[in-house]
Amino acid sequence: MTAYIVKRILLVIPVLFGVSILAFLMSHLVPGDPVVVMLGDRATAEDAARLREELGFNDPLVVQYGRYMTGVVQGDLGTSIRSGQPVLEEIRDRFPSTLILTLCAVVAASVVGVSLGVAAAISKRGWVDGSIMAFALLGISVPTFWSGILLILLLGVKLEWLPIVGTGPAALVMPTIVLAAPAAAVLARMTRSTMLEVLGVDFVRSARAKGLKEQVVILRHVLRNALIPVVTIIGLQFGGLLAGSVIVESVFTRPGLGRYTITAIQSRDFPQIQGIVLVVAALYVFVNLAIDLLYAVIDPRIRYN
Amino acid sequence: MIRAAASPRPQLENLNAAGHRGWFRQATRKLRRRPAAMIGGTIILFFIVVAVLAPLIAPADPNEISTNRRAAPSLDHWFGTDELGRDVLSRVIFGAQISLRVGLISIAIALVVGSLLGVTAAFAGGWVDGLIMRLTDIMLAFPGILLAIAIVAILGPSIFNVMIAVGIESIPAYTRTARASTLTVKGLDYVVGAQSLGAVRTRIVLRHILPNIAAPLIVLATVGVAGSILAAAGLSYLGLGAQAPTAEWGAMLSSARTYLRDSWWMATFPGVAIMLVVLALNLFGDGLRDILDPRIRN
Repeated sequence: MTAYIVKRILLVIPVLFGVSILAFLMSHLVPGDPVVVMLGDRATAEDAARLREELGFNDPLVVQYGRYMTGVVQGDLGTSIRSGQPVLEEIRDRFPSTLILTLCAVVAASVVGVSLGVAAAISKRGWVDGSIMAFALLGISVPTFWSGILLILLLGVKLEWLPIVGTGPAALVMPTIVLAAPAAAVLARMTRSTMLEVLGVDFVRSARAKGLKEQVVILRHVLRNALIPVVTIIGLQFGGLLAGSVIVESVFTRPGLGRYTITAIQSRDFPQIQGIVLVVAALYVFVNLAIDLLYAVIDPRIRYN
Repeated sequence: MIRAAASPRPQLENLNAAGHRGWFRQATRKLRRRPAAMIGGTIILFFIVVAVLAPLIAPADPNEISTNRRAAPSLDHWFGTDELGRDVLSRVIFGAQISLRVGLISIAIALVVGSLLGVTAAFAGGWVDGLIMRLTDIMLAFPGILLAIAIVAILGPSIFNVMIAVGIESIPAYTRTARASTLTVKGLDYVVGAQSLGAVRTRIVLRHILPNIAAPLIVLATVGVAGSILAAAGLSYLGLGAQAPTAEWGAMLSSARTYLRDSWWMATFPGVAIMLVVLALNLFGDGLRDILDPRIRN
């Protein structure tokens, strides 16, 4: 177990290194002169030269990367060209709102998705199964920005049950439903499929032959084994939901990383864009690491190979 | 010696080709027995016809501005008009062209590049395999839509760049699938047989490997087109894809958001169009997977 944990943690290092290189290279991969792109067409040659000097673009790439990484490990993600503020501070101000929305969506998707998947597997090929799977298919096919608009129209405008904008818990309900729906659909399909797989194996037959109640067989024997791969999917969904919140926040005009990202791209503010990419990708890597380690704890058969 | 070694080769290839033809016929026959997949296939076909015939069937020019702004659906404008008086039905029809093109081209990029990398990794092994797989791991370290957003940030907002971004973002899935399938097929008797008959690597890959790893890649690509249409529409919704006045479903939804209170049709019809295409591709993809996935098939 210790060897697995150590190896899995070590594997994160090259991935994080690659992520940092990609984030660093973003401004250099821009077609044309990145400084002109950042400043816009109206920038003078002096402005461009000053920004190039400020960003250290005159140094060799390796030196620039070294300086960038030294800053990153010290918590310095650079300064925004647009606002002049440190990028880390800007991200720190907006991140809690995005994180809360993402966590609410992960919890909602897990509870709803797993419950629906279990219900579908138990009533295999019955009408409950059919209806749940139809809803799941709809869940992965409806774009979040459209379901968001429809919810605003129905619950916000017509029925006036929930606020369309705001920062309180009530304003979190609609974005959570919209963000969680596709993830819940994926989890329901996955849970149903793994449940059906486990339902057919020998130990379940033995448990039933022993005379155990169906409820006990499902909860103690089937679900415990079926949920192991589902845990991985929940971990993967976390990253997807974190990034997906960009769109949902935009639909509900929530003050999180989403709006910040879009504005950063539209104004070609590369320090901001690099900061967002680095923070979200690193967080995603660590969540996946945590899930992998959790996976090994839940299922002792899994070892690094 | 040469003649003796060469003679079994055509037989082996004919057998393989006959096998593929039989496999394709069998798969088509099985697909016909699945109503959900057939419904999906029919809807996809419908949208393809609509996209191809758009200039002939659209009732108006999708970019023609009129004073009849935000008119509700009527006999003159079946889907109503938008904030600039443009016919929503015509824009939805022309939007099919853009969405299908984006979906198909981006997945074609991912399929070609991903398969090439996956097969190369599996065949070359050693440091080439290690390098390709580590690069894949790094790409997978980014949540899909974030990677696409990052690429659009580099290239600049446009529908063409969205196509490239979504294509690049999808590559790792195809690389992994192609690599895993190649590793399985590589050790099978007919590939070992072809190798011992002296067939060159390119020939083995084109003739024996690619046709035999096609099934999982086709399934992945079908569902992938659905995902890429969703991603591209999402990026256009955010203002990073299609730019005004292009008739694109995501961009249409974005402008409709301002007029939700009294012009429901502006948001409804483009949304239904996206949902129908994606739903159809998912239905068809599910059907294909049930038929072609060996784990389910067996």
